[in-house]
Amino acid sequence: MKVDPATRQLITAGAPKKISDFDKNALEEAIRIKEKLGGVEIFTVTIGSEDAKAVLREALAMGADKAYFVNDPSVQGIDTLGTAYILAEAIEKIGEFDLILCGEASLDSFSGLVGSRLSELLNLPQITSVRKLSVEGDAVIAERALEDANETVKARLPALITVTREINQPRIPSLMMIMKASKKEIVTWTLADLNISKERIGAKIEVIEALVPKTERKRIMVKGETVQEIAEKLAKALIQEGVVGR
Amino acid sequence: MSENKGILIFSDTYDLTLELLGKGRDLADKLQAELAAVLVGSNVQEKANELIKYGADKVYLIDNPALESFQAETCLGVLHSLATSYRPEILLIGSTKNGKPLAARLATRLETGCVPDCTKLSVDENRRLIGERITYGGNAVAKVTFKSKTQIATVPARAFEKPEPQDRSGQVTKLDVKIEEPKTEVVERRPLETSSVRIEEAEVIVSCGRGLGNKEDKALLEELATVLCGQVGCSRPLVEDRKWFSEWVGLSGHKVKPKLYIACGISGVIQHVAGIRDSKIIVAINKDPEAPIFEIADYGVVGNLYEVLPALKDALKKQLG
Repeated sequence: MKVDPATRQLITAGAPKKISDFDKNALEEAIRIKEKLGGVEIFTVTIGSEDAKAVLREALAMGADKAYFVNDPSVQGIDTLGTAYILAEAIEKIGEFDLILCGEASLDSFSGLVGSRLSELLNLPQITSVRKLSVEGDAVIAERALEDANETVKARLPALITVTREINQPRIPSLMMIMKASKKEIVTWTLADLNISKERIGAKIEVIEALVPKTERKRIMVKGETVQEIAEKLAKALIQEGVVGR
Repeated sequence: MSENKGILIFSDTYDLTLELLGKGRDLADKLQAELAAVLVGSNVQEKANELIKYGADKVYLIDNPALESFQAETCLGVLHSLATSYRPEILLIGSTKNGKPLAARLATRLETGCVPDCTKLSVDENRRLIGERITYGGNAVAKVTFKSKTQIATVPARAFEKPEPQDRSGQVTKLDVKIEEPKTEVVERRPLETSSVRIEEAEVIVSCGRGLGNKEDKALLEELATVLCGQVGCSRPLVEDRKWFSEWVGLSGHKVKPKLYIACGISGVIQHVAGIRDSKIIVAINKDPEAPIFEIADYGVVGNLYEVLPALKDALKKQLG
């Protein structure tokens, strides 16, 4: 991503749309569950403008069976609550499911709220920050890393899981898989199809500004003919700064 | 409908609860509002009194043997009922692995906004909370505010100072709450070993990143740290990827502000920089003259840390006498 040096604003226009890493981990985990258990169907859902469709194509190439795309001009500028409302309605419309897998956070905003908001709206048990999981019978057993401990947690299906990047290494689809995926279906819905009003998804938060942090440091490069000379100069500077000794 | 007023704070870890009280007190004074803390646990009556000393005007105490360990559904129920009856304008929640999902669920139940992982918080003239957080993959700092009440922000550990305890009075209210049936079952809990030395207390930190080639080469840093009566630290990859250390310096790890921070072979991604930004003097040693760490350093040396560190150690020894 580029920065405008005059305003310290980030230039996001033209940045390529791609699946956030964590979401790839979630999809990869779903594919592994399918490969292990069989008889599993994987649906993938995203919200966005027309160019977000490329993201769904990539997901279908990796191994998702069917994709749902919520495309509506009103989704511009929605926050995590609006996102969760739309996902919840879309999932209700898709039908019955056993497990919802989400990335722990998106790579760009790193809010990490949507998964938990969704579990609340759908009234599901949730396990967050999962780095290992298995589906056993009608339950999911997951390992999550906390600040001071690791936990093994069990939840009855249906449940919602958010995964970390450590959980797996997402596959890169082959040319064959990409070609096959072009035949898979992408269902497109508008907010009206989901019976969601524009008012309901109005943002509750507002970004005032997003700037590249300013630094006020001396930025002196210490140079010299030899490493010893550089070290002598640096040592002298640090003593003068009063940050070493006594 | 009456206006929301006051600040409510909660964290599932005690240290972070105290840090939230420090920042919460500051905001409450600016708003001339009340600061209340929610304390959930087993046998925690004494701690409730302590929270008053650390800045709370009110403490809602939920003391129950069943709450020895964190119970998401019960905490959610307690906070939701307090938020609807007491109607705070601001709710600060500790951004731990348990706390952040809790905040997200609470914000959803209350149909309100949530700004996660705020490292700075302030209020404007319209009593709106403004949170600053790192965004765009670590490339920018966003200032975010709210269009709805209650304004919920989560705060990471060590973003704010733990306040000094004071001789002050307040009110502890014991609440009897329903213990909610957990939706998930913790089958096993394995505590992690933590090192006993707190790096936050160090006046000098010699820290290494990916530029360190072997685990054993830590000795180079230790030797320099010894001369400076400092401690050794590292950046996240040395913990997460290489497992050479157990804790890292950075926004997601330990936030430090020593007199002197020497970054050796650390490229300087913003998450790391955000964790050292308050250091008095930053020295960067890196082979790559383009490394972003030089942008935020007071003194930079382009060079091989394996040569620079021993030379610097000798020079300091000589000059300090």
